[in-house]
Amino acid sequence: MPTVSEIMQTMEYGPSVEDSSAVRHWLKANPKFGHFINGSFTKPGEGFDTSDPATGTVLARISQGTAEDVDAAVKAARRAQPKWAGLPGHERAKYLYAIARTIQKRERFLSVLESMDNGKPIRESRDADIPLVVRHFYHHAGWAELMADEFPGHSAIGVAGQIIPWNFPLLMLAWKIAPAIAAGNTVVLKPAEYTSLTALAFAEICQEVGLPKGVVNIVTGDGETGAAIVASDVDKIAFTGSTEVGRAIRAATAGTGKRLTLELGGKSPFIVMEDADLDAAVEGVVDSIWFNQGQVCCAGSRILVAEAVAERFEALLQRRLATLRVGPPLDKSTDVGAIVDPVQKDRILNLTALAVSAGADLIGGAPRETCFIAPGYLRQVSPANPAWSEEIFGPIATLTTFRTADEAISLANNSRYGLAAQIWSESATVATDLAASVKAGVVWINGANMFDAAAPFGGMRESGYGREGGRVGMLDYLNGPKLPEAKEKASPTPKAVLDGASAGGGIDRTEKLYIGGAQKRPDGGASYRAASGDLVPLGNRKDIRNAVEAAKKATKWAAMGGHARAQVLYFIAENLSQRRDDLAKKHGAKPVDAAIERLFYYAAWADKYDGLNVQTKPNYLVNVIPEAFGTIGIVCPNDAPLLGFISLVAPAIAMGNTVVVIPAQDDPVAAFDLAQVFDTSDLPGGVVNIVSGPKDELAQVLAQHDDVAALWFCGVEGAAAVEKASTGNLKPVWSFANRDWSKPVGQGRSYLDHAVQWKTVWLPYGALPAGTGSIVY
Amino acid sequence: MATASLRNPGTDLRPEWFEQIRINTPAVERRAATLPVRRSLKKEWQAGWILNAILCIDLTTLAGDDTEDRVARLCAKAMQPIAPDQLAAMGVDSLTTGAVCVYPTMVGAAKRALGNSGVPVASVATGFPAGLMPLDLRLAEIRYAVDQGADEIDIVITRAHVLQGNWTALYDEMRAMREACGPARMKAILATGDLKSLENVAKASHVAMQAGSDYIKTSTGKEGVNATLPVSLVMCRAIRDYQDQTGFKVGFKPAGGLKTSKDAIAWQVLMKEELGDDWTRPDLFRIGASSLLGDLERQISHYVTGRYAASHRLTMA
Repeated sequence: MPTVSEIMQTMEYGPSVEDSSAVRHWLKANPKFGHFINGSFTKPGEGFDTSDPATGTVLARISQGTAEDVDAAVKAARRAQPKWAGLPGHERAKYLYAIARTIQKRERFLSVLESMDNGKPIRESRDADIPLVVRHFYHHAGWAELMADEFPGHSAIGVAGQIIPWNFPLLMLAWKIAPAIAAGNTVVLKPAEYTSLTALAFAEICQEVGLPKGVVNIVTGDGETGAAIVASDVDKIAFTGSTEVGRAIRAATAGTGKRLTLELGGKSPFIVMEDADLDAAVEGVVDSIWFNQGQVCCAGSRILVAEAVAERFEALLQRRLATLRVGPPLDKSTDVGAIVDPVQKDRILNLTALAVSAGADLIGGAPRETCFIAPGYLRQVSPANPAWSEEIFGPIATLTTFRTADEAISLANNSRYGLAAQIWSESATVATDLAASVKAGVVWINGANMFDAAAPFGGMRESGYGREGGRVGMLDYLNGPKLPEAKEKASPTPKAVLDGASAGGGIDRTEKLYIGGAQKRPDGGASYRAASGDLVPLGNRKDIRNAVEAAKKATKWAAMGGHARAQVLYFIAENLSQRRDDLAKKHGAKPVDAAIERLFYYAAWADKYDGLNVQTKPNYLVNVIPEAFGTIGIVCPNDAPLLGFISLVAPAIAMGNTVVVIPAQDDPVAAFDLAQVFDTSDLPGGVVNIVSGPKDELAQVLAQHDDVAALWFCGVEGAAAVEKASTGNLKPVWSFANRDWSKPVGQGRSYLDHAVQWKTVWLPYGALPAGTGSIVY
Repeated sequence: MATASLRNPGTDLRPEWFEQIRINTPAVERRAATLPVRRSLKKEWQAGWILNAILCIDLTTLAGDDTEDRVARLCAKAMQPIAPDQLAAMGVDSLTTGAVCVYPTMVGAAKRALGNSGVPVASVATGFPAGLMPLDLRLAEIRYAVDQGADEIDIVITRAHVLQGNWTALYDEMRAMREACGPARMKAILATGDLKSLENVAKASHVAMQAGSDYIKTSTGKEGVNATLPVSLVMCRAIRDYQDQTGFKVGFKPAGGLKTSKDAIAWQVLMKEELGDDWTRPDLFRIGASSLLGDLERQISHYVTGRYAASHRLTMA
């Protein structure tokens, strides 16, 4: 032990270890854990050890959940659900509130337990994880209270199966359980096998607050247990974890009708513009990739820095890197703790080595004993380097330079992922423009890793879909009103025909595909005889390819803004009305009149589907903004060839999407007739593209196409196939049964809900002197 | 590159070193908020850091009712801030504060009281605290204090020059002050509570260093807001940038905002983390304080005796 005089010479910090005796006492009393099913713990079964990654010490033995355990848990949840959902919102709110209070009273215990099981520094579990857990339960106690008022006509989905990762164990539990039970669902949750302990401590809290039996069930185990939950009789799966597992879950749930939300991997850009506060950006790196040992799905792991400031930025970054303390997780002066498991440590080191052999320079990042790795970053990482695209999930960022703002955006979006983005610029003009341009569900301007229960969190692209937090997050645990369904006309797969004559007399009319604002002959050069009797183009996969390409180029549409899009929709309605009598003769008066009305309806919506500003913390302007997906594939019902088409196309394009549409197989002529109206109505070429042909075959091509960002599929039979085929780029698929399109169910806000994805943009502000506070939005 | 021990000679006015500076206030506040919670000190480490803080204190009296006897009492405290028996219990030989800080007319009394203890005398000057006196009088005041034996001069800047962006005027004035200081070390008080924006603070810091300040100091203690961690962080980063440009190390002195041992440790953590160990020593770090010492003493007393101390049992300044 150094003397006081010696310390005055060295000015070292010395050890400052958080007391873990309460946790050790608890573990001594609970050396083996069973599952938490129907309000009580089961007898511990076959299982595995969970250990402290910093020391390798075994902490407890965890049971491996079997299919029978999962079944018992789902049954308990199923039994409890109607009564739970039937409670007045206020009653559910009281339970959530009690959970929040109890966690708060046990903050220190839970922080220490989390740090011991996961390896994260006590400062983070104490100052970040657990306070956010508490905040999440408080916030959602409020949603339970307000549910009847704020979500009229909505009801709980039923039983939710929830699978969470090991990087923020209790926080991810809170993100899953709080909204689910607030909305009246019951849950079966599986914590990650590395980090089950805080979930089990949470189960005890559920018992203590007297949460009704079966509302929360926790089954521990590895991926097999998770697969059993996915396969079980649940109504919804909510998963946070790797993109690879997310894909498997999408495939497994295809066609089952289970609701699905996925929060997957990321390789989030961290853009440093030349007018950034560089010190602030450096601290942003500390809060991103050097937070939680870099085991953060939304971490700004790809640093992109303007060439003009790259040298200075790196100098500051390296200096800051040198002051980070790697050490025991329970030491209060530790910045970087232990990687969760040796398996993960090896993975990080292998990926880093791969990046170096591909030409990157590694700064820092050296492995240390047991599960520790020093923080670091890879320099000179080009997009061709594997570290550019592979999620390292460790404390190693990549660094790449750019020249201009447009290049920064191109680089930022050169990724399969779209979870988060960080933008550093002192210009509000520049920063907000970049925020609009990045493909990411969460954007932090001049900040990093900011979270709040009121701010929706979730991804775009292969980072998954669904949101957690706030009003938008609640909708992922609610069903809208049940809509009456209608049978869809069945039709055999069409074949090319050789009799070239058009039906009827007069001048020969040749129907063509509508691609990029022009009529195009089908690639196969063949036609089929539609059930309507018309000879129509037989589209194939190449036609879909061409249509998607055209749709992708029509970016101007989204950039026009809601008002200008409304003008075009009104103009289409106006021109359709001009041709009413002509088209009424061919397609019936009622569908044409209804289509005109529907165009007006979505023209009205085009500038009114607003985002919202949410209350997070003071001095943060947090906007939740609906954004077009890009290109949506639309597979129309085989009924209502004109009205069904307009009922789906109009909401999709009103929100700024471009579409590739497979019209009614039996009668695509109505769609081509509408294309002629589009041509005269200032609709930019490529916004609507129409490819007729075999519905299921073409739907499959759309579902597999990586440039199609979302897919709407009307039909029951083919839904499983398209959902399975969507795993390539993990596009969200909205599959729904046919309906009577002439009725009110044929339109509504719910269509628009499927036409947008939410972007949460955080903007901390503060011009007044530090610490003096300011008026808040 | 100059060595650390050399006095900062200043440079020509180089606005290009600071005119483009960008400071994001919320980000500074976030970093400042995590500094004290990222590091924790226990037991002997806490005691060592508290004693180190005492070494860095400019024990100050700047009141209208100061008398020579009152100053002498302060000096006695500066020479023996911790009771000898308690120092002995910790195995520490001797300890003084970094300096005493008084008005110019009290410099003589302080010099006499401090004798050959080695504790330097700092004098405020230049029309402290507002600084709105004619420049020749302000310079004369510096010369008077130096004549009286002051080892260090705490000057105040003309805030108007900063608020108007008149860097040349600010620079020229401080250059003249530095010249008037002669061998005495110059501490430049920026009065950050009057400058309001952190970018103003950073720019004023740069001009002060370019004009040859030995320390830059936050506050007079008389502004509405005195030393805060965010302001201090910005000034430390300016010191770092100046060293990167010139190789010279400039000291830092927060004043007026530090009241508790917790504050004293937080600011030392700031210095160590942002600038390095050199800035935890009195030649590059001073704390302008009067009441802080009492709390540091109480903590030390608790460390040595295991009991919480009452202020009436500690030596009054």
